[in-house]
Amino acid sequence: MESIDWSLINWSRAQFALTAMYHWIFVPLTLGITFIIAFMESIYVKTQDPKWKEITKFWMGVFGVNFAIGVATGIILEFEFGTNWSNYSWFVGDIFGAPLAIEGIMAFFMESTFIAIMFFGWNKVSQKVHLLSTWLVAIGSNLSALWILVANGWMQNPIGMHFNPDTMRNEMDNFWEVLLNPVAANKFVHTLVSSYIVAAVFVAGISAWYLLKNKNVILAKRSIIIASVFGLAASLATFLTGDESARVVAKYQPMKLAAMEGLYDGQQSAPLIALGLFGERDPQQPNKENFALEIEIPNALSYLAFLDPDAFVPGIRDLVHGNKKQNIPSYEERIALGKKSIDGLAAYKKAKKAGDEVAAAKNLKIFEDNFEHFGYGYYFGKDPHLLVPNVKMSFYSFHTMVILGTHFLILFILLVYFMYKNKLPKMRWLLWIAVWTIPLAYVATEAGWVVAEVGRQPWVIQDLMPNLVAVSKIDTYSVQITFFLFLVVFTILLIADIKIILHKIKKGNKH
Amino acid sequence: MFEQLSYLQLQQYWWAIISLLGALLVFLLFVQGGQTLIYSIGKTDDERKIIINILGRKWEFTFTTLVTFGGAFFASFPLFYSTSFGGAYWVWMAILFAFIIQAVSYEYRTKVGNFLGAKTYEIFLYINGLLGSILLGTAVSTFFTGSQFSVNKMNIVDFENTGSSIISAWQTPFHGLEALWTLENLAFLQNITLGLAVFFLARTLALQYFIKSIDHQELVNRSKQKLKINAAIFLVFFLFWFIRLLLLKGFAVNPETKEVFLETNKYLHNYLEMPVVLILLLIGLIGVLWGLYRSLFASSENGIWFTGIGTVLTVLTLFFVAGYNNTAFYPSTFNLQDSLTIENASSSKFTLIAMSYVSLMVPFVLAYIVYAWRKMDASKISQEEVNADGHAY
Repeated sequence: MESIDWSLINWSRAQFALTAMYHWIFVPLTLGITFIIAFMESIYVKTQDPKWKEITKFWMGVFGVNFAIGVATGIILEFEFGTNWSNYSWFVGDIFGAPLAIEGIMAFFMESTFIAIMFFGWNKVSQKVHLLSTWLVAIGSNLSALWILVANGWMQNPIGMHFNPDTMRNEMDNFWEVLLNPVAANKFVHTLVSSYIVAAVFVAGISAWYLLKNKNVILAKRSIIIASVFGLAASLATFLTGDESARVVAKYQPMKLAAMEGLYDGQQSAPLIALGLFGERDPQQPNKENFALEIEIPNALSYLAFLDPDAFVPGIRDLVHGNKKQNIPSYEERIALGKKSIDGLAAYKKAKKAGDEVAAAKNLKIFEDNFEHFGYGYYFGKDPHLLVPNVKMSFYSFHTMVILGTHFLILFILLVYFMYKNKLPKMRWLLWIAVWTIPLAYVATEAGWVVAEVGRQPWVIQDLMPNLVAVSKIDTYSVQITFFLFLVVFTILLIADIKIILHKIKKGNKH
Repeated sequence: MFEQLSYLQLQQYWWAIISLLGALLVFLLFVQGGQTLIYSIGKTDDERKIIINILGRKWEFTFTTLVTFGGAFFASFPLFYSTSFGGAYWVWMAILFAFIIQAVSYEYRTKVGNFLGAKTYEIFLYINGLLGSILLGTAVSTFFTGSQFSVNKMNIVDFENTGSSIISAWQTPFHGLEALWTLENLAFLQNITLGLAVFFLARTLALQYFIKSIDHQELVNRSKQKLKINAAIFLVFFLFWFIRLLLLKGFAVNPETKEVFLETNKYLHNYLEMPVVLILLLIGLIGVLWGLYRSLFASSENGIWFTGIGTVLTVLTLFFVAGYNNTAFYPSTFNLQDSLTIENASSSKFTLIAMSYVSLMVPFVLAYIVYAWRKMDASKISQEEVNADGHAY
């Protein structure tokens, strides 16, 4: 394994990160605003108040602009698994391909078929069919998220499969286990409800701006009610599922949890770092990030991760170097066992080819006995610290997400409260906060993905396949060229998207 | 119920689904063809607006079919996905870029504040129409002419000896673009010809679609005018490609040893040895020609139906002869034995069974697409309608 091309791996990662993060600018709004629009149209159909139809159409127009660029940035992600992660596509394609295909068959067609009726069918189908189409667009886009998150959840907790030594790949043996994967289930709900926050903040923020400017007042008042109630419910659900996901991460990806909290030395009754700033590294401990500033909540991390204030939470050092007392094997040991598994498989294949059944059976057993460490074997002869994700990035993005999540919750509580008291239009400070919260919603949702994806590095499939074995065999310069092409094209399209939406907002619902 | 099928039958079933998606995709490329005709058919802004709106209500079907084609290929034949996408990097990237710029163009073209101006988005649509159809055609042609790649699954564990843990490797630095200039067996000629045939087919179908669904006499007249030349060029390219295909050495698989070897007239043999496929081909070809005759000489609006269905059937049989009857559907000219067949490239039996149950949704999906399409196309699209539509592109 002397010929690892780190620059190829890093550029491939950069390209995937770039395209995924661009795509994710547009997805959460689509996931949430489609439901907001469907609520609005439902009220229109029920009340027959033409004002509601106007409001529905206004938000639909904004959604259309966002949707187009979401589609544009999305197509590449599916194909990038093949173009840039071809070894991954072979190694687990038997499992991973299925949700992507189901997404296409089940969700994309629903979305794209009914979106045509939603935009162009006002006079071509009955009111009820139109309303149904609008709901199906919302359901279709959310279903598409389901399958993508099932696929992503499986990468973080690969279950429902076994390795087939004869085909040299992992094969599915339980579809329901893949679908009902606890990591995927938690991820799905958390991602969805937090996306609804983005949409709710977006609609509430723009409505607040109208109220401040005394423009489109009816549209703004009605929209902000729906958005705030929806946003409050979504915020509460996001906290509940976020809390749950801490335990899921603690169970399946302890290294990610340690990185998220910057926990180097594991401890009993571990405190949660509510706020922290990293400082200089100690030259004696070059692998440890030190806090220059930290505010702790005693026992909170132990409780959050294991529902027990005294539980032991392993730190980065415990995982890398092992902790006998806590029965945690070191990465060094796992690397050695993983190498054994890899070599066992190679020897099995060679024995099989030579017709030596006895040697084949012996080596197959070695491979299988050590399979849970398989992926670690690719780090044989390397520094085990390569298996530690970027701690600063994980920590800061995690804390940004949580702090902003709290901000959204408080904002929606206040919006709903003052709406209930009928005082909202007078609360100009609150309305301004609502306006300025729009960009923060995007920061929070991107930060969430940074935690999820940086925190699991270097695993493309947890414990099974690190990124260095997953890439395609292409030249680094090819990836560099496409990276910059994506950067330029997506940035130009993003500028166009923002400018069009700002124009639409300025114009309001005047035709 | 799918549990009763043998592994090979499941692989064949999934090849049929891939073939169907591929065939539908080629038909739906009429959107791409139409995008290259905006200026030659539409002479005024209003006329162009009608054309763009008529295509703008259909582009997502093509796009979604492409995405689903990719996803279904991944799920059922992952070795193809990893080998072709990871290897022919530049071809697929070019295709994807062409589709990325399409996805925003309809929605953004006439919007205030669109940053690039309407003209740029029209150019994007043109590029998508041109590259999307030609490159997809070229890529499909390599199913018959082969590509230079190697596959070695041992690399995953034997990297210390093989020097790489990556199983599939492309053997040219051009990553797929060499399909346009590979001299061996005049492969470039074959590949480019199919690319151009698909391009002119897409334009032909677009013109027939305009004739069927636009309520604007001058546009219809101009479409009829343009149809003659586009249909003629399409037929020349396609027939040249198809006749050569029947004469080519094809990539046959020995059913016993699984050894891949070259067989003269392999694709002709496949048609003859699979009479049902041959009949489908004949129906398809007659459909295409009859549809063209109806549009060109019988002043019928419904030519698109015959040409469209004929296109789907013909392309379907092309995929069938590429993958069925002991044929390697993605041949390696670098090492014949590394060629991909529906047997060695497929997913496990378990996954194919699971996905087969999912495939039962396809008729349901097709049904609601037909419903929506009929509702939306119930009446022709006129200038008044486009002008009155608040969401018009």
